[in-house]
Amino acid sequence: MPLWHAGQSLHGVDAVVLPGGFSYGVYLRAGAIARFAPVMETVVKEAGAAASSSPLPVLGICNGFPILTEAQLLPGSMIKNDHLKFLCKDQVLRVENNQTVWTSQFTDNELITVPMKNQDGHYVVSAEELERIEAESRVVFRYVGANPNGSRHGIAGVTNERGNVVGLMPHPEHAVEAGYGPDDAIGMREGTDGLTIFTSVVSSLAGDTT
Amino acid sequence: MSEQGTRGSRQDASGSEHGSERTVSTEFNIETVEQAAAAPEVEQPWAELGLKENEYQRIREILGRRPTAAELAMYSVMWSEHCSYKSSKVHLRQFGEKVTQEMNKDLMVGIGENAGVTDLGEGWAVTFKIESHNHPSYVEPYQGAATGIGGIVRDIISMGARPVAVMDFLRFGDIDHPDTKRVLPGVVSGIGGYGNSLGLPNIGGEVVFDEVYQQNPLVNALAVGVMRHEDLRLANASGVGNKVVLFGARTGGDGIGGASVLASESFDDAKPSKRPAVQVGDPFSEKVLIECCLELFGNELVEGIQDLGAAGISCATSELASNGEGGMHVELTNVLLRDPTLTPGEILMSESQERMMAVVTPQNVEAFKAVMAKWGVEYSWLGEVTDTGRLIIEWDGETIVDVDPRTVAHDGPVYERPYHRPAWQDQVQADSFRTSEAGQNLPTTAEELGEAVVGLMSSPNMADVSWITDQYDRFVGGNTALSQPDDAGVIRVDEETGLGVGLATDCNGRYAYLDPYTGAQLALAEAYRNVTTSGAVPMAVSDCLNFGSPEDPEIMWQFAEAVRGLADGCQALGIPVTGGNVSLYNQTAGRAIHPTPVVGVMGKFDDVGRRTPSGFQRWADGQAIYLLGTTGDELDGSEFARLRGHLGGRPPAVDLAAEKTLGEILINASRDGMIDAAHDLSEGGLAAALAEMSLRFGVGSRTSIVELCERDGVDPFTALFSESQARALVALPRSEELRFTDMTTARGFPALRLGVVDAESGGIEVAGPFDGGSFGIGLDELKQAWSSVLPSRFDAVQQATEAVRTEQ
Repeated sequence: MPLWHAGQSLHGVDAVVLPGGFSYGVYLRAGAIARFAPVMETVVKEAGAAASSSPLPVLGICNGFPILTEAQLLPGSMIKNDHLKFLCKDQVLRVENNQTVWTSQFTDNELITVPMKNQDGHYVVSAEELERIEAESRVVFRYVGANPNGSRHGIAGVTNERGNVVGLMPHPEHAVEAGYGPDDAIGMREGTDGLTIFTSVVSSLAGDTT
Repeated sequence: MSEQGTRGSRQDASGSEHGSERTVSTEFNIETVEQAAAAPEVEQPWAELGLKENEYQRIREILGRRPTAAELAMYSVMWSEHCSYKSSKVHLRQFGEKVTQEMNKDLMVGIGENAGVTDLGEGWAVTFKIESHNHPSYVEPYQGAATGIGGIVRDIISMGARPVAVMDFLRFGDIDHPDTKRVLPGVVSGIGGYGNSLGLPNIGGEVVFDEVYQQNPLVNALAVGVMRHEDLRLANASGVGNKVVLFGARTGGDGIGGASVLASESFDDAKPSKRPAVQVGDPFSEKVLIECCLELFGNELVEGIQDLGAAGISCATSELASNGEGGMHVELTNVLLRDPTLTPGEILMSESQERMMAVVTPQNVEAFKAVMAKWGVEYSWLGEVTDTGRLIIEWDGETIVDVDPRTVAHDGPVYERPYHRPAWQDQVQADSFRTSEAGQNLPTTAEELGEAVVGLMSSPNMADVSWITDQYDRFVGGNTALSQPDDAGVIRVDEETGLGVGLATDCNGRYAYLDPYTGAQLALAEAYRNVTTSGAVPMAVSDCLNFGSPEDPEIMWQFAEAVRGLADGCQALGIPVTGGNVSLYNQTAGRAIHPTPVVGVMGKFDDVGRRTPSGFQRWADGQAIYLLGTTGDELDGSEFARLRGHLGGRPPAVDLAAEKTLGEILINASRDGMIDAAHDLSEGGLAAALAEMSLRFGVGSRTSIVELCERDGVDPFTALFSESQARALVALPRSEELRFTDMTTARGFPALRLGVVDAESGGIEVAGPFDGGSFGIGLDELKQAWSSVLPSRFDAVQQATEAVRTEQ
């Protein structure tokens, strides 16, 4: 169900995905303008609801990740890749936290391959904050192999304290259908590792309602 | 969002939120039609605007008076080579003449509209087109290339289609020339910056380095779009009383043809100084415009639509009017401006990006406004459709243009430019590689041949281009089934059925230089072969014809020959040209580029899941490798000859009947699931194809050319490096060999088993009748040599230019 940026209603959805893209052309700073979209007010309120036993699951992919950091649902910020180029590649990630609603069906430290494609994927965060999120195991995904963009500690994705909000730069939604995903051991474009992110949240939600 | 009212409400500043109101400028003279008629002897700057004297006189004849400054501006841009095709028209007619009914059976819209449209079946239609943005990309690489993508995408939108992918075809000077370091990184990030932001996957293209493109790089962009049949829209203004609306970005001073037009108006020093002739792109505006237009189409809110590209409002008003009932009335002061000091002539000529013009019925006006409001798009009502047969443009109520729109849009001059075969052509053709000094001491031993393969694959034109393509998003949209480096880009159109399209663009300028007629057919043949190699059934052709000056009879001959060759070739293959673009005057300091007739072929898949990748996959260990086609001694114009600095002789022979049979074999084999990999043989011949099939997924092979040399009567060097056409390599499971060879035998097409895929070897091993018996190349070593060519040249310079851009 598409949500419209200018409306405040979430139309009763159970979870929200902020997809990638170049919101407002990324002419200012990734996510800096989009975070002021009226719909984000509701997202922030429901995702951060301290009193709720089941706060709204929110996933930010690529440009959706900095929208979440700008909205202060997640720590850190995104700057230009250290090599200053847009980079599109199949990227191996390690799932370091399988306790979030978006990663519960991964095995611990599972290696997954998903496409990565961005110009502003360089994750930065203050030294204290970095220490804190590492200590609290809030790094959800970490790049495996050479750091593709200069991100601090090779961080590809993080979560909030409660594990309902996750942001990551690579694109799990491009690894959900065989034939159109990244190359993997099975063959060309056969990778579907990203699917587990979506089955995880569905299963978490199903668990909630039963 | 703001709306500027119709005439008369302009003084009411309360109607605008963005301060778009302005007082009518009196800083320049508004020349009315009346004044022009009353003062026939005034000197006009027609020459500075690029018109020839006979053309200026023709305008006076048409109008029965001298043109106003605004009219002169309109005619000058619309009668330019770029817009009127005045030198090329007489030749391009062949694309419409050399066709059969059979060829056009799937054609829904042919040449002449913004882009051709082909029926894909199941209620789907596809539109695609290639366009050049060569000169702007040389002047300002980033913006020139970015707006090249923007322009071609708007052509696709204006047909009613949703753009689904782009491709780029690039030609640069010598890889080590300093200017290539200036141009290439900017062009690549411009294409990526615009296309990636629009959410359009880049599914392939070509990159070639050759010193003939120094100071004349070629940047040709292809866009493809899909639509349901009922969504097809044409650019015409029908329905008297319907409203004409301009929407999208505001009109600014960018992209104004020759700034010399300023000479036609009196102006003072307070005006902004000479503005850039290169447009500036804003992909975010374009993305919003795409979604906004698709909503307009979906709700059937527009009668006709035209994108604003070259010649801006001049083009849009005159084309819309002349394609419809023939009349339009426009108040030019209603155009929303970025720069309030623009003169009427400049407003008419501005090529500001991300603008569209549409015709809306009065009943749909409110609904149209609502869509604009939803997407936050600015618009202004300029006027309405009339049945007067005249395009009347007023400036604050005074008539500054009063013309028959057909005379502007369609009745431009047509030239039968003189042409003749260059005197040097015979000499060049006589200088074959074999007899030249460069063709002596060719590799003959195992060691020499192996070294030659590595040398070939690490030469700039055979090297890995992922440094470029990794800057393009190939995944966005989730429907990319194949992209670079496979032979064709493949996009799924219908997620339910798998219906989709495969596209390839090709051209070898060296071949075209040696023989433009054959060269154009070779470009067609390679694009056709690439599309069929992926498994798609070819349906339509688009071209982008890049040449030097048409005023040079020798260049004009190259052009005429290439068009004749392409039209004949399309007829032989039975696929129509549905549209294209001509780019002339690609020469600097009297030195022209090689004739570069880029040909794009679009093919259809019933199910893109059947597409064939171009390399051996790891699980394909032990599969049989077959070479299809015959190898002759055809080294002239080849990549190997280029390595030795030689260009002469005759290009490889074209056999379109053989290409057609080969295509049928590849399509059927893909459909029936017989083959698991296929790659066409082109630049670099068999050696390059073997290397590329192994480099694709890092899976090696063991082959022998002993039988090939014997069967075709060629030496090992020729077998490996000849560029004979109508050939392809395929890999298939052993269980399919019999079925496959039965098929090739039944069609009388040569097929030879060369060897097997060897996933464990980590190398390419080739045995043959040469000293040493066989040579092996480690894939790691080959990959290192092949993939380091571009990064070693451009990594540092890209970082420096991006750093500068970031600071700005």
